[in-house]
Amino acid sequence: MNKVEELIVKRARELLSSKEVDKVIGWKKGEFYFDPSPAVFTSEEELKDFVYNGFCGANLSKYLVQELKKGGKIAVFLKPCDTYSFNELVKEHRVDKNAVKVIAIECQGKLDIEKIKEKGVSAVTETEENGEEVIVSSLYGSAKFRKEEVLLEKCLTCKSKKFAVADETIVVNEMKETANDRFSGVEELERMSEEERFAFWKGELSKCIRCNACRNVCPACTCVKCVFDNNASGMATKAPADTFEEQMFHIIRAYHVAGRCTDCGECSRVCPQHIPLHLLNRKFIKDINRLYGDFQAGEADEGKNPLIEYTEKDADPTAAVNGEVRHA
Amino acid sequence: MLKIKVQDLNKLFDAISEKEPLYMPLEKAGEANYGLYKTGEKTALDVLKTVKSAKDLFFPQSETIVKFKTEGKNITVEDIREEVKPFVLFGVKACDFKAFEVLDKVFLADPVDTYYQAKRNACTVVTFACRRPEESCFCKVFGIDAANPVGDVTIWKDDENLYWRENTEKGSKLTESVRYLFAEGGEKDVQNQQEETRKIIEKLPFSSLDLSYFENTEMMDIFNRPEWQKLSEACLACGTCTFVCPTCQCFDIREFKASNDQIIRYRCWDSCMYSDFTQMSHGNNRTTQMQRYRQRFMHKLVYYPENNGGLFSCVGCGRCVNKCPQKLNIVKVVKTLGGKKDD
Repeated sequence: MNKVEELIVKRARELLSSKEVDKVIGWKKGEFYFDPSPAVFTSEEELKDFVYNGFCGANLSKYLVQELKKGGKIAVFLKPCDTYSFNELVKEHRVDKNAVKVIAIECQGKLDIEKIKEKGVSAVTETEENGEEVIVSSLYGSAKFRKEEVLLEKCLTCKSKKFAVADETIVVNEMKETANDRFSGVEELERMSEEERFAFWKGELSKCIRCNACRNVCPACTCVKCVFDNNASGMATKAPADTFEEQMFHIIRAYHVAGRCTDCGECSRVCPQHIPLHLLNRKFIKDINRLYGDFQAGEADEGKNPLIEYTEKDADPTAAVNGEVRHA
Repeated sequence: MLKIKVQDLNKLFDAISEKEPLYMPLEKAGEANYGLYKTGEKTALDVLKTVKSAKDLFFPQSETIVKFKTEGKNITVEDIREEVKPFVLFGVKACDFKAFEVLDKVFLADPVDTYYQAKRNACTVVTFACRRPEESCFCKVFGIDAANPVGDVTIWKDDENLYWRENTEKGSKLTESVRYLFAEGGEKDVQNQQEETRKIIEKLPFSSLDLSYFENTEMMDIFNRPEWQKLSEACLACGTCTFVCPTCQCFDIREFKASNDQIIRYRCWDSCMYSDFTQMSHGNNRTTQMQRYRQRFMHKLVYYPENNGGLFSCVGCGRCVNKCPQKLNIVKVVKTLGGKKDD
């Protein structure tokens, strides 16, 4: 057991046994080292399956929406990026922060088992983290990777190791900020010609199977009834009827979360077809920064995002399409 | 048995596709999925698992069923069914091939689904034996031999050659049309590869999965197990597992107004994970995610076998194991409900 996990489990045990909270949201071990699932723990006994390792990439903040409805006080373990989602949920009145104890925990970047497999390692039986190294054993032999080679996309371009909110923190080792620029992918797309960019998105979005994983995992997507599920809306669809429709779904979703998306990166993590959905969101974030001044959704749990607030310094919307226009 | 050098494979694909449309794993935007082969296309035959299974070819994700034309108060029904021209489906793994049997029992049972049947009959299936199965594979549990799939033709591949065995009349016809590209031989190589593959399969972590609980327990006892609650807790209610599954066969029928005087009725894959699955005018008989989650596994492990002579509607392809965003899957369900603890 790693030190951070040890401290997390210890704290969870205290909180449950003292009845300070009724449940704890964390991660439960799976069949392998690399497949833990989010889980709700209500007893000390259940905590024996608690795990916190390099594969706990899932953002737990959205589970609070459904769990709080069942009542009780909840402790939730949030990584730095997850704390931003939490604040945004509080801001949008989806989560009552008084019913939640946020325990902010150390994160050194989370690993992507699919990237490991893409490197030709299959029949994985065990994975071990050793500082900056990841050692993977499989039926076909064992392989060693530098952590950076096998990090989740969202962790490769981690926006910050700062906690946006924390009632308590569990940090053992220093968390180093990543040097990677998270907007580099967007800039690459901006440099393309319109035709190239259209071809890029057409290729990516035509893979969409409309499984809705991106929407359902998204902490900004908490509509009680999504317009795409609502038969009365006239636009409910379960399948991409044509290529245009897939684009519509993703573009509408990107617009809807603009200004609220914290760039937690869950949409791209869960896409079964590896569509780089985060690039759509980051384009919006980048443009919002340019037109309305630097803004990070989820930094605070109150206040307005720039898209729903007017200031005199805002760029003129009619000129906004011009790349030169900036926030004053 | 016949063989062809791997560097000549594009010639083979070109030759097949000249005669009939050839559908096979292709790489598009970095992912392998079945698609229509055209000369110069980036093929992805060596990818163990395409993201979506091969079921699309018979049961597309979205398919027009009928069109209506309205004129005043009159409605004309337009039957859009056309004869399906023969086509070749190339590179189907043993698990996906077994899944066709599961689908056949649904779509070809009376009343026959003619949309499915037409495509199924028009297809020559070339199956592809696995060489390097991975940790999420558990087809052995369902009595499938990944090293020796059937179909109209079976192929094996190693670093040098692709080996070809015809199994049926349809297979012979296809073989005849491309015979000039092949040389005789390869039996020994195939045999060696099969032995190696089977040894690996024995060692795969899920190969010993025990399904006897589901075969020997009363339906309602399984249905009422309290563990369903915990098992389904992290489920996002997305449709990933159902859409990548080769045996999931539920669909919804919908209509949309294509123009002022035309209505298109189509069917599309549905997912029991979705909140409006089987919704009726009175509402929905499954109102919680636990109930929906339970439905999926009860269907695969209990209801379907009950109706189909014990055949499970899971083939152990492991796509759900790989693709569930929160790492929930059928293996965890089987082990929690019926597996021996800590095995």
